[in-house]
Amino acid sequence: MTGIISYGAYIPYWRLQRSTLASALGSKGAKGVRAVASFDEDTTSMGVEASRIALRGVSETYSPQSLWFATTEPGYLDKTNANAIHAALSLNTSVNAFDCLGSVRSGIAAMHAAACGNSMAVLSDIRTGLPGGNDESMGGDGAASFCFGSENVIAELLSTGTSTSEFVDRWRIPGEKASKQWEERFGEYAYAPLVAVAFNEALEKANLTAADVSHSIFSGLHTRAVKAAPQSCGINLDTLRDDFAATLGNSGTAHWGVMLANVLDTAQPNEVIAIVVLADGVNVILLRTTEALVAHQKQQDNSLTVQAQIAAGRNDLSYAQFLTWRGFLHREPPRRPEPDRPAGPPSLRTAAWKYGLYGSRDESGFIYLPPSRVSLQSGSIDNMEMVRMADIRATIATYTVDHLAFSMSPPVVAAVIDFDGGGRFQCELTDVDPATVKIGDRVEMSFRRLYTQDGIHNYFWKAKPVRTGVK
Amino acid sequence: MASHGIRDKVAIIGMGCTNFGEHWNKSTDDLLIDSSSAALANAGITLDDVDAFWLGTMGSGLSGLTLSRPLKIQHKPVTHVENYCATGSEAFRNACYAVASGAYDIVMAIGVEKLKDSGYSGLVVSAPAGDGTQATVTAPASFSLLAPAYAYKYGVDEAELKDVLTRIAWKNHRNGALNSRAQFKKEVSKETIAASPLIAGQLGIFDCSGVSDGSAAAIIVRVEDAHKYTDRPIYVKALSFVAGPAAGPIDPSYDYTTFDEVVHSATDAYKQAGITDPRAELAMAEVHDCFTPTELVLMEDLGFAERGTAWKEVLAGTYDLDGELPVNPDGGLKSFGHPIGASGLRMLFECWTQLRGEAGARQIPGVGQKDSLKTKALTHNLGGAPGACVSFVSVVGSKLD
Repeated sequence: MTGIISYGAYIPYWRLQRSTLASALGSKGAKGVRAVASFDEDTTSMGVEASRIALRGVSETYSPQSLWFATTEPGYLDKTNANAIHAALSLNTSVNAFDCLGSVRSGIAAMHAAACGNSMAVLSDIRTGLPGGNDESMGGDGAASFCFGSENVIAELLSTGTSTSEFVDRWRIPGEKASKQWEERFGEYAYAPLVAVAFNEALEKANLTAADVSHSIFSGLHTRAVKAAPQSCGINLDTLRDDFAATLGNSGTAHWGVMLANVLDTAQPNEVIAIVVLADGVNVILLRTTEALVAHQKQQDNSLTVQAQIAAGRNDLSYAQFLTWRGFLHREPPRRPEPDRPAGPPSLRTAAWKYGLYGSRDESGFIYLPPSRVSLQSGSIDNMEMVRMADIRATIATYTVDHLAFSMSPPVVAAVIDFDGGGRFQCELTDVDPATVKIGDRVEMSFRRLYTQDGIHNYFWKAKPVRTGVK
Repeated sequence: MASHGIRDKVAIIGMGCTNFGEHWNKSTDDLLIDSSSAALANAGITLDDVDAFWLGTMGSGLSGLTLSRPLKIQHKPVTHVENYCATGSEAFRNACYAVASGAYDIVMAIGVEKLKDSGYSGLVVSAPAGDGTQATVTAPASFSLLAPAYAYKYGVDEAELKDVLTRIAWKNHRNGALNSRAQFKKEVSKETIAASPLIAGQLGIFDCSGVSDGSAAAIIVRVEDAHKYTDRPIYVKALSFVAGPAAGPIDPSYDYTTFDEVVHSATDAYKQAGITDPRAELAMAEVHDCFTPTELVLMEDLGFAERGTAWKEVLAGTYDLDGELPVNPDGGLKSFGHPIGASGLRMLFECWTQLRGEAGARQIPGVGQKDSLKTKALTHNLGGAPGACVSFVSVVGSKLD
């Protein structure tokens, strides 16, 4: 049996209220909020965060054959974005890392590829549009990650169905910040006949009927077509699961992944989940949950469920800040030099530290961050073992709020943190209110894009407050 | 570890110091020419009399040519020295050793920095190519880490600590107001200091040292030659320079309320100088008040206050110009300004001035006269950040032991 053995969704901390957006532009406001990736996040870093959650649910010996990363908003072209995720997860060099880039449908490709080879599918997206447009308001940012395997499967892959058709509904020239859409009624017309074809194909392959479906997930950027789809599938509308339109917005490539994670958070064993994705055609995936899901749900940190992450978000992001973070508003920088670009050779030499957050531990147990070759106490050289710190929590020893340092979102909050079990590290805090930081606060590590210089993204780790959850 | 010192082996016979501040009309070359000329004139010698030179600058030039080119030095040894913000002190220390060794008769230690040409706020230091993981906080942010840690450890509440920091800035501005060479020659009210815009943590703009241009120089000879040039040489009693493993930022046992490097260099310097009770024996101290919490912590590290009590001593006025132990009588980095490479020599310039009774309106009462009981002064200069710094302490005196 092949299927999902673990999963994780990542919802960024910040929310933009649609009413805030509307009042800034003097337009009519829709209800609810959209999730917003922070200034120091991109699709790669969010993919790391979702994957870290997914990997908490697998055994330590699990090693995927490949990691497949899908997004419409890649950090790089030419260079494989999945490699930074691979490095941040400290996966073995023998594990492949591949990108599926550009279209919302590429998420399906990542899922297909991962399911075939006991691999990981990482779906991540940052969705916005021109100021005042529907995409800006109704889009959302987030990521989801799925580990496939054949043992301890929590959701078995039953079948897939597809229908592909070339038509102009939504498009974007590479480099442009916003996509364009044809008249909405045309897309509705084009998608309509494709839905039932794909859905019935999947049902037939799995020897099921529409009535067997317990949870149905309909996703796609064409809102009207998605809304009409359940009916043409003949599906019971009670099985429709939250599409998070009011609480997150549509996260494009990642969206059905986030919805699936939410379903898996609370589903019962032996339930059929139907995923129907409308993106340049229709793709259907049928899953059946197993008894193993129960144990998986029990061991999961309850602060990491989709609902818990939604609840933990902060709702007061200003529209000006949102525009600045997404590059639509260029603001006066501080009178300080811009940071240096991270250099290639040192970044390669220290990859275990920079991406994996490995320190070194000497014979006395003292942990060095970054890794050191020489012991502080004994002076012995190269008598160290490497230790991964990324998943260990820490306590703030002291901190400061730096109003002078260069940042895309000043002020910089810097802290000295002491890891549980040893190791001290000075780093930036993120997703934090400078006014509420205290000595003794608990923090956990988060993979971020610190800044971009000369076209090189500087990925590294920051600490963020531990907000909920205990495990 | 052996540290024998060179107590009473070398002496300063002349010093020069430019005004510190925004010298829009002066280059690094101009500042070097001005301070070196003043020091030579002060010692009553010419450039030809100087056998060797030690130039301290962190970022205003590379190599000995930075000095030999503008001064037109004719084929003599010029050493360029860099050791963060203690660069000027390091130039002085090595120059002293060269004389003590007998290698040269007359040497010059000179420091310079031209900070105001960069166009940036604060100090800008270019780093070697790296992996982008180094902490990017600014200098005020690094030093602001001391304030909450100190308050937390000693149970001082935030508002009270702010009063303490404000009083340090107020005192140094008050001293600087009496100093024609200072960058900020103006008293500033405590209200203005306390209300200044925040730069980092609790630190406002008035808690930070002045970013400035300037240069200072000293002429050094063997003690037995000193009286050929001046009746009132200043003798070098102790020189201590310490670099540590920079482990504070990685060691959970470091609590950000002290500079281990300062404690080590002060202990060494007091031993070299034969000082057992610095607070009672010293006439004055020039310390590295780059930011106000630094001066607070230094009072304890240098032995001027018991641990956890410096904040009370500050409020009591112990370190005021007319206090028990005047600290930074020339205004310190805070109001004299902090052109990196020049600062260590500027501190010595104030010792030179005070111990010779030449400080005018800010002359410390009972210091600098023939019958003065206290004849020793201390300079303390550090570079880096809490937990990872280099520290220098010197003791100089107007009498041979």
